[in-house]
Amino acid sequence: MSATTLSFDAKAQKAAADAVEAAFERSTGFWSGVLRKLARDPVALVSAGVILLLILMAIFAPWIVPSDPYKTSMINRLKPIGTEHFPLGTDELGRDMLSRLMVGARLSLFMGITPVLIAFLIGSAIGILAGFAGGWLNTIIMRSIDVLYAFPSVLLAIALSGALGAGIGNALLSLTIVFIPPIARVAESVTTQVRGRDFVEAARASGAGGFTIVRVHVLGNVLGPIFVYATSLIAVSMILASGLSFLGLGVRPPEPEWGLMLNTLRTAIYSQPWIAALPGVMIFITSISFNLLSDSLRSAMDVKN
Amino acid sequence: MDISSKPRQVHPPLIDIRDRGGPAQPMLRVRKLFKHFDLKKSFIESLAGGGQVVRAVDGVDFDVFKGETLGVVGESGCGKSTTARLLMHLIEPSGGEIIFDGETVGTPGLSLREYRRQVQLVFQDSYSSLNPRLTIEDSVAFGPQVHGVSRREAIGRARDLLARVGLEPRRFAERYPHELSGGQRQRVNIARALALEPRLVILDEAVSALDKSVEAQVLNLLMDLKDAFGLTYIFISHDLHVVRYISDRVMVMYLGKVAETGPAEDLFERPLHPYTGALLSSMPSMDPDQRTQEAPLTGDPPNPINPPSGCRFHTRCPMAEPVCAEQTPTLASVRGQRKVACLIHEIGSGHSQADAAIYAA
Repeated sequence: MSATTLSFDAKAQKAAADAVEAAFERSTGFWSGVLRKLARDPVALVSAGVILLLILMAIFAPWIVPSDPYKTSMINRLKPIGTEHFPLGTDELGRDMLSRLMVGARLSLFMGITPVLIAFLIGSAIGILAGFAGGWLNTIIMRSIDVLYAFPSVLLAIALSGALGAGIGNALLSLTIVFIPPIARVAESVTTQVRGRDFVEAARASGAGGFTIVRVHVLGNVLGPIFVYATSLIAVSMILASGLSFLGLGVRPPEPEWGLMLNTLRTAIYSQPWIAALPGVMIFITSISFNLLSDSLRSAMDVKN
Repeated sequence: MDISSKPRQVHPPLIDIRDRGGPAQPMLRVRKLFKHFDLKKSFIESLAGGGQVVRAVDGVDFDVFKGETLGVVGESGCGKSTTARLLMHLIEPSGGEIIFDGETVGTPGLSLREYRRQVQLVFQDSYSSLNPRLTIEDSVAFGPQVHGVSRREAIGRARDLLARVGLEPRRFAERYPHELSGGQRQRVNIARALALEPRLVILDEAVSALDKSVEAQVLNLLMDLKDAFGLTYIFISHDLHVVRYISDRVMVMYLGKVAETGPAEDLFERPLHPYTGALLSSMPSMDPDQRTQEAPLTGDPPNPINPPSGCRFHTRCPMAEPVCAEQTPTLASVRGQRKVACLIHEIGSGHSQADAAIYAA
């Protein structure tokens, strides 16, 4: 009896082993796993799609706008939504709202993403240094950062741009300074956690220097969480930048930018409330998309899920 | 894992070009090694000076001979793991000397970097000790690359070692730690420790977190590797059965000090220090007629911030006499290779049982 059962067993075992092996052959890197999870998350797909559309719209706006966003017309002031030639109406100077919103996306997205990107680089460097060094260096760095924390971020942004003077460059600079402390703090806390793990001790025990340990063992484990946090700041940055423009500290007229448009249209809030709200709707759509995407990213990066 | 039938293997003479002192020179001599941790104190207190310290390791002396396995046992918090980290210089010792094969560590004769190449550590937590973002072959290949081995060669060595610890490289090399079981991860950690071709491996509770069947496999693997690579082990564990199984000599620690050392069988058969006796009687017996009915020791060990005066064990020792609270016993040779720090075994110590015990010995 044994011959047949044995061969059957052997076959079954081999099949099982092959199946196991095949399952493991597909085992891939951490980031492709994250992408796979994101691709299965409808919220992530929709928000990523919206962001992609906004970015494409911003890039190609000058070529696809239906009419000149700078052309004023006294007889076409504050036309309602749905007017012929002006699908989204016109603003207080008779300029086409749709064209201005499309072109405005360029500066608004730029002001939302750039400060966060620069602050991500600088803040991560500061935070990782403080977290990995620990001790007195950590205390000095983090307490200095805390000084900036003492101011509410809106107030700090306004104070900095006010002191530096109006203009896009100064607004970018002040927003970058505003975002460095929170990013540095997140970077410091995740780095401190990673530093206490045994694999960092093991790397030290194998004679590796601090720089090598940070490069090989720390960066890969901390950049993800910091990045997720930074994406959630893009929405804040857009709103702050809009606020600066609203106060006349950022973008200057006649340049279209959503915050500035919100400002100049506020006089029309009683006569044409829907038109006055349009730039705010754009800001809302953009910031909620970034927030939802960063939420999805965070849950996709959680290995335990 | 039948302890009684375990053959005591005779180690072949070690041939290693890195061997400087010859077989008689201990691999590691540790002298008066201590570590006091400062307790967190407020700014005002630090102005006043002083402040309390935790005497985690308080002057330990021991030798590790070439080719042996030294088991280190003791309760939680007795300083076993701190000693392991001190030996690796992962935490800076407050004082004392570590002499590796005749050279003091940290002197021009033996730099810390060179020392760390020859001494490696395996941690208890198999998951925390592997970088979750690196494949296991990258984790194993990291050490050699730090010491100037090319990536290609280091990966090759890593794959050889993975095969050596029982993980088929073709299947496992490119996997990530979370895709492995605890036993497999601990095999990776062992391979990682061996990648630098160390001579001394410190196993800090390396098998304690594994379930019993896997633990036995990993222990056997460790013993095979020891013979194959001519390694010396320091095996730290709270599991007395395992220590007895794997060790040639055993060191018992209590509250940051060495209580007793000696050859494993002899020490387990005839414990000299009352603490060792208590520890051994806490081992569950295989014989149902010899159940442990009473706890051999009650309460927690005293606080290492304010350790008891004299012998540190006198607060829990069944043999304690007033003299034990006054006089600090020294770790002294008793007979053969046995050393014990107990006033009962010190001539003229003033303990009523001192002379009787010595004559009996």
